[in-house]
Amino acid sequence: MGSATLIEKAENYLEYKAHKGIFAWLLSTDHKRIGLLYLIAMISFLWVGITLGFIMKLEMLTPDKTIVDAQTYNALFTLHGVIMIFLFIIPGIPAIFGNFFLPIQIGARDVAFPRLNLFSWYLYITGGLFAIASLFLQGGPIDTGWTFYVPYSIRTTTNVILPLLGAFILGFSSILTGLNFITTVHRLRAPGMTFFRLPLFVWALYATAWIQVVATPVVGITILLVVIERVLHIGIFDPALGGDPLLFQHLFWIYSHPAVYIMILPAMGVVSEIIPTFARRTIFGYKVIAFSSLAIALIGYFVWAHHMFTSGMSDTARMVFSLLTFLVAVPSGVKVFNWVATLYKGSIELRAPLIYVMMFIFLFSIGGLTGLVLGSLATDIHVTDTYFVVAHFHYVMFGGTAIILFAALHYWFPKMFGKMYNEKLAIAATPFIFVGFNLLYFTMFILGYLGMPRRYWSYLPEYQTLHIISTVGSWVLILGLIIMFANLIYALFKGKPAEANPWGGVTLEWTIPSPPPHENFDKIPNVTNGPYDFSHINETKDGKS
Amino acid sequence: MEKEHNTHLIPYGTYVLVWISLVSLTVLTVTMAGVDFGRIALFLALLIAAVKSTLVINYFMHIKFDDAIFRVFLFVALATLASIFILTSTDIFFR
Amino acid sequence: MESLDATNITIEQEVKKEAKHISDPHQHKDAIGAKIGMWLFLFTELLLFGGLFLLYMAYRLQYTKDFIIAGQELNLILGTVNTIILLTSSLTMALSIAAIQRGKKSLSIFYLISTIGFALAFLVIKYFEWTAKFHHGIYPNAPELLSKPNGEIIFYAMYYSMTGLHALHVVIGAIILLFMLVFLIRNKITKGDYIKLENSGLYWHLVDLIWIFLFPLFYLIH
Repeated sequence: MGSATLIEKAENYLEYKAHKGIFAWLLSTDHKRIGLLYLIAMISFLWVGITLGFIMKLEMLTPDKTIVDAQTYNALFTLHGVIMIFLFIIPGIPAIFGNFFLPIQIGARDVAFPRLNLFSWYLYITGGLFAIASLFLQGGPIDTGWTFYVPYSIRTTTNVILPLLGAFILGFSSILTGLNFITTVHRLRAPGMTFFRLPLFVWALYATAWIQVVATPVVGITILLVVIERVLHIGIFDPALGGDPLLFQHLFWIYSHPAVYIMILPAMGVVSEIIPTFARRTIFGYKVIAFSSLAIALIGYFVWAHHMFTSGMSDTARMVFSLLTFLVAVPSGVKVFNWVATLYKGSIELRAPLIYVMMFIFLFSIGGLTGLVLGSLATDIHVTDTYFVVAHFHYVMFGGTAIILFAALHYWFPKMFGKMYNEKLAIAATPFIFVGFNLLYFTMFILGYLGMPRRYWSYLPEYQTLHIISTVGSWVLILGLIIMFANLIYALFKGKPAEANPWGGVTLEWTIPSPPPHENFDKIPNVTNGPYDFSHINETKDGKS
Repeated sequence: MEKEHNTHLIPYGTYVLVWISLVSLTVLTVTMAGVDFGRIALFLALLIAAVKSTLVINYFMHIKFDDAIFRVFLFVALATLASIFILTSTDIFFR
Repeated sequence: MESLDATNITIEQEVKKEAKHISDPHQHKDAIGAKIGMWLFLFTELLLFGGLFLLYMAYRLQYTKDFIIAGQELNLILGTVNTIILLTSSLTMALSIAAIQRGKKSLSIFYLISTIGFALAFLVIKYFEWTAKFHHGIYPNAPELLSKPNGEIIFYAMYYSMTGLHALHVVIGAIILLFMLVFLIRNKITKGDYIKLENSGLYWHLVDLIWIFLFPLFYLIH
């Protein structure tokens, strides 16, 4: 069976079937199919999250009750957070595009542990269902906020255990994906694919995978202890029995801050892929970008307690963590400067993926710079736990990671499905997304600065004008997203066939047909040059290959 | 990377010697618990535990004879663990 | 790079992914890759326990006196015996691998069975230790325990969660080793391909390593 498939090399992965019917997908260990399984699941969860956010913004139209009551609102922001963070943003780019393109970009036929890879997907789905199930079970949906802070999370009567276990299982899924990627990068690189010839997306995924492996278990044990606390009243996090809730916060953020880098690093990797392709130029400062990924992963691990500046921890810790927080801006800044330097004097082709990347650079910079306001102790005290924080992390996570997920979708869509979408319509969606996004979230910066606390169901009448602008922004944003997704879904069924290399990219995935054959490569390539060598395209230089 | 997997054969006797050391260290640490070392007692007990784990990792887990990449990996994991402890200490020791 | 023959692989398994490794330049069955994966998994275990050790450090600092009082209530003899049992099980585990490396199947089986036996002995002793505590009314949320100072409640909270999680790992380890025993008997683990046994061994040694630190932190406080 194995040798037979090798002979029929033309068969692409969408047509190749090892099992019948739906099982061709559910039992497939092909990394490309698993990537698509994640894509479908995550986009579904994304729309659940969007719907919850939409309802929240509707509720905020008036100072008191608009459509839901206070308890429902608590459940809404909790589930919006849990779904968007644990089910969409954290696993998003690595699970979809990492699975699909990491093996191809290093010239391998699959990841190191294909069956484990499929198992991770099942864990992901199980965890997701656990989180969603709490909506419908007795006790009511969880209302603790996605951070599950004790002691409230051990006292509330709502359904806390189920989403906690869901998060635990999702963490396990994330660990296994990370473990798989590290091993793949170490063991399955094609001949000649040295570490410094790896595409920067692979570097970013590699750095991310390390965070997944060494950070996720910490939140795993924390979650288990909260579950044990609720079931057995053991006392570890219960102040009534001598437990210290601040230690929960430490343990929680030891994972959940590095998780921010699990979210953003792969996105930065995608940017480093897209920019050279559309600037027709090798990336500026390849090694610096590669090492800055590792540096972000490293320093990102040491800054967790900046989430706790007003929690009552020691002054020493506050100063140490504030200093370390500023350090993490350095490698992030390095990346942004290198991207801009790559574009400088490049022959820029303003295609759809690049426009999404432009949007990212703008929004992410705002997110990053407002992070400095939160990272310095004095200003943080003024804006902490206000809408300022909400705006900041939406600029970073949505404006950063999610926008790049959309960019990646537009960049690799022709390769993944062998179909081309309507590029004009893809570009037409961007003004809606951009304007809607800024209306929705920039007003939150102002609201937060004026003192509007986060997670409040009602507010003082003087905030109403800004809240209305923000809610209208959410409608414009969702309209833009509907246009974007509708365009892609239409292309999935009715799109024109895509070429093997529609953008003129030079990494390995563009050397194989669209969609890729089942085995990726007829013959494993022999790599002789770095990842962004455009010399054979720009004929002014002498081409090596 | 091309090296054949784990060709190094460790004699049975080496394992037994390691085991004897481990048991002796256990006896030592239990005996020392009976003596009052004051504030450094905890430090001494953890030092012995560290020596014991070095033996286990190097010999039983073969890391001494494996590719260097495993030692690099182990260093990353232990350094991570150490940083968590040190950075959390800036809070709990100075409250 | 060695050229790899397709026949070697097709007999392996019909799972299509196995066929993918044909043209992989590194190896046919990637033992080093499997070991890298296992070590990475061990690191996650290390960090999982690391969180608990961190809590232990914080609470021991906060409740030093209560920890000393409560720690002396633990049974030092049973703790020491269990330490030696676990160390010995690590030895037999290593010997089992050493035996199969030399192609001595029955010797390997003997050592593996001993390892599983020691694992069970450890659990039995742990069981008696815990039930004795339960009889004295020392278990989570027991009125007897709740009447004690907060520091002692926290000590037992740490004791039960850390040794409990460790015992869970011993159970899982014993089950894995049972599977390995079956593989050994059925020649799925051989002199030429013993990575499964080696990886299980790594897991088992990790369980031992954790205990090496748990022992002084709970039983040797004074």
